[in-house]
Amino acid sequence: MSVLVYIENVQGKFKKSTFEVISFAAAIAQKQNLPLVALSIGDVSDEELGKAGKYGVTKVLKAVGDSLKEMNVQPYASVIAQAAKAENAKVIVLSASFSGKGIAPRVAIKLDAGLADNVIDLPVMDGPFIVKKGAFSGKAFAFVEISSDVKVISMIPNSYKVVESPGSAAITIFETQIEAKDLTVTVKETKRSTDKVSLPDAELVVSAGRGMKGPENWGMIEELANTLGAATACSKPVSDAGWRPHSEHVGQTGIAISPNLYIAIGISGAIQHLAGVSSSKVIVVVNKDPEAPFFKAADYGIVGDAFEIVPRLVEAAKAFKSSQNG
Amino acid sequence: MKILVCIANVPDTTAKINFTPDNKEFVSTGVTFILNPYDEIALSKAVDLTTGGGTVTVINIGDASTEPTIRKALAIGATDAVRVNSKPRDGYFVARQIAEYVKTNPFDLILCGRESSDSNGSSVPAMLAELLGIPCVLFAKRLTIEGTTATLEQEIEGGKEILSSPLPLVAGASEGMAEWKIPNMRGIMSARTKPLVVIEPIEVPQHTTVKSYDKPIPRSSVKLIAAEDAGKLFDMLRDEKKVI
Repeated sequence: MSVLVYIENVQGKFKKSTFEVISFAAAIAQKQNLPLVALSIGDVSDEELGKAGKYGVTKVLKAVGDSLKEMNVQPYASVIAQAAKAENAKVIVLSASFSGKGIAPRVAIKLDAGLADNVIDLPVMDGPFIVKKGAFSGKAFAFVEISSDVKVISMIPNSYKVVESPGSAAITIFETQIEAKDLTVTVKETKRSTDKVSLPDAELVVSAGRGMKGPENWGMIEELANTLGAATACSKPVSDAGWRPHSEHVGQTGIAISPNLYIAIGISGAIQHLAGVSSSKVIVVVNKDPEAPFFKAADYGIVGDAFEIVPRLVEAAKAFKSSQNG
Repeated sequence: MKILVCIANVPDTTAKINFTPDNKEFVSTGVTFILNPYDEIALSKAVDLTTGGGTVTVINIGDASTEPTIRKALAIGATDAVRVNSKPRDGYFVARQIAEYVKTNPFDLILCGRESSDSNGSSVPAMLAELLGIPCVLFAKRLTIEGTTATLEQEIEGGKEILSSPLPLVAGASEGMAEWKIPNMRGIMSARTKPLVVIEPIEVPQHTTVKSYDKPIPRSSVKLIAAEDAGKLFDMLRDEKKVI
């Protein structure tokens, strides 16, 4: 028996969220007294794979093949299920990334396993196996018991710390069988913006709303974000108006995020917006209206005009960064 | 083209969420229920795709209380509706009920919202596709169909990808796939007489159970920084919160 963690790579590299999910799976494995096996799919160097050993993995399975070069939900789900069977995995852990969310439900069906998606904390495992997950768009949490023998869990990025543990992992090739019926979807084109921080994984997020008056004023928001190494986000009215792309919209009907720091500029804080950002660890609100509801949900508030405050924040962020580096 | 749209009945996005004193159940008294916003995008897209011909069936897993939401979907433009008469226990239960229906009533395209705003689950579309042995594109922002091939744009880590998939296919609708449609008077009038079939659920093993709910701890009161001291923010974030 084992715990299996799927370690997702982006262009051959592991992101911080991958090490989070390994650390999370390692804690489950330790509690269950089971070995932790990691599965990597696609072209990843042995040097990169070896990093998994630093976080509690004892064995890394490496699945490669022509049909596995690009992330593709159906063959990937099939390989994960094959590995789970080969390793007699009782718990299968994935990241609730875009691809993880597409893969996990398929793995659960293939293994006749119960699925808990978007989990935000370590399961309680004394007696029933109970996970904590977000519910009602961030307005509540649900505690869900998984009662099946095999369990599939997807973990929200940024919800568990990366924990190092001494050790190393043996890397072995995992032989797979991919059926033609799993290869009907083809990726025609992939566009990645490599210079920007990906929003769901970001530790720091700078977000702006209608208070910015128009898309031409986003330069200072981007400058603040770039200085801090933060991702940029926006409120729903801003993406609806086409000022910013929908992929930046955070809130109930956009992306739900849980960064360490969320800076909201010129966003009033409607309940639908708060739902998507309320699990941020620290919230800073800049708004010229002292009655803006967002101040009630903030840790720090600055009442003032964005066009006056943001340049000051940019200047201060630059000074802060240079003092950090110096 | 025959399209199936899977719809969920969820609390209004502005609703305050409360639970029974033992935290075991959601209190729905006084809460308005709506069509899940992502499902509404899916439905709007389905209506757009069938303007030149075709049908849009909506399916909901719910008790009789969800019928106003189903009628709204019919008013937006669905042709007919199916209600599986049971509370939606979990994603697996819902996916199995829909798969069961689709096995005897095949569709060219199945559209769902990318997630539901109550359980925050996004498992139904991919589970359904797996049960039916067909592809699923979960975070589809754009969808075009030519003959029996769909072209989709999907959000991925740090970017997007363009995919080509044969039909039938399950697609999860994200913002951008279609404009929300507002029902017009003719739609509202005709919705009353459109067919709504009620079927009984099949037995499905239960793998997951919600044991209780909890609400986030409210933040302690906000610390206000004077506008002229805005520059001190980052030192405070480092010293007091250690987040940068």
